[in-house]
Amino acid sequence: MWTYNKVLEYPINIKCPNPRLAKFIISQYGGPDGELAASLRYLSQRFGMPDQKSKAILNDIGTEELAHLEMVGTIVHQLTDGVDAKTLEEAGLGAYYTDHGVGVYPQAAAGWPWNAATIAVKGDPIADLQEDLAAEQKARATYEKLIDLCKDDQDVIDPLRFLREREVVHFQRFGEALRGVQDKLADKKFYMNNMNCSNDMK
Amino acid sequence: MDNDKCECMDRKHKDSNNDNSCSRDMRRQEMIDQIKSLDFAIIELGLYLDTHPEDKKALCMHREYCKQVKDLKDKYQKMYGPLTIFYPCNKWRWLEEPWPWERGNY
Repeated sequence: MWTYNKVLEYPINIKCPNPRLAKFIISQYGGPDGELAASLRYLSQRFGMPDQKSKAILNDIGTEELAHLEMVGTIVHQLTDGVDAKTLEEAGLGAYYTDHGVGVYPQAAAGWPWNAATIAVKGDPIADLQEDLAAEQKARATYEKLIDLCKDDQDVIDPLRFLREREVVHFQRFGEALRGVQDKLADKKFYMNNMNCSNDMK
Repeated sequence: MDNDKCECMDRKHKDSNNDNSCSRDMRRQEMIDQIKSLDFAIIELGLYLDTHPEDKKALCMHREYCKQVKDLKDKYQKMYGPLTIFYPCNKWRWLEEPWPWERGNY
């Protein structure tokens, strides 16, 4: 089970709303490489893991991704909160406003709603952990693009940099978990056959 | 820590700015920053220990930070209200504090 902590993992306080940035950043909420996808990917894959380390790492990183989902939602909320319809439309959010107002809806930057087809659960630990390594790199790359797009707003860049860094750490930990699984699979297996044969071998 | 009862009763209900010069708010900001730092260190050490369970130094730091953050959270929640619903209150203080996504949050 989970327990909610009434704090963000990293502080966010955006003084100036900027719907133009929200339009892009929402992709890390509900886009293909976003935090919703990340959390559901890991929390679903963990059921199929073969050893304690990989179960733990998927469980704990999946949990941290939920905290990141909240952070990205917070950024989008603070960038659009109190902004009028005309300004939203000028920022390219007229269509979004029509369907969602200034609510935070899980969608990609291009407008596609979140889709489970963006994640995989193969039921194969090697395939799943390899996918996770790629997912962390894709998320890191997305954050770098977002930081490029936000270069004028330090209040937004600061939490984005934190989130980018976490992708790098997660990548590292998944690599270690993958090595553990590979080592386990490569272990020599000893089969105890014909245990009671000694008597017959007189 | 001397006046730890009903502190939030007289709190002005306006979006408290984080750079509010009031020393009580500064104290609160400092405490919550410290809690966040410790929580983060614990998360980070936890992930590291998942794949390096034999690392004695990391385990020792994890233990130390858990102890520190527990003491600090006990103190903070007594003064400023609950951080989780697992904190007992005489009245439902969960509704009194801003939510983390709101501007001027702690």
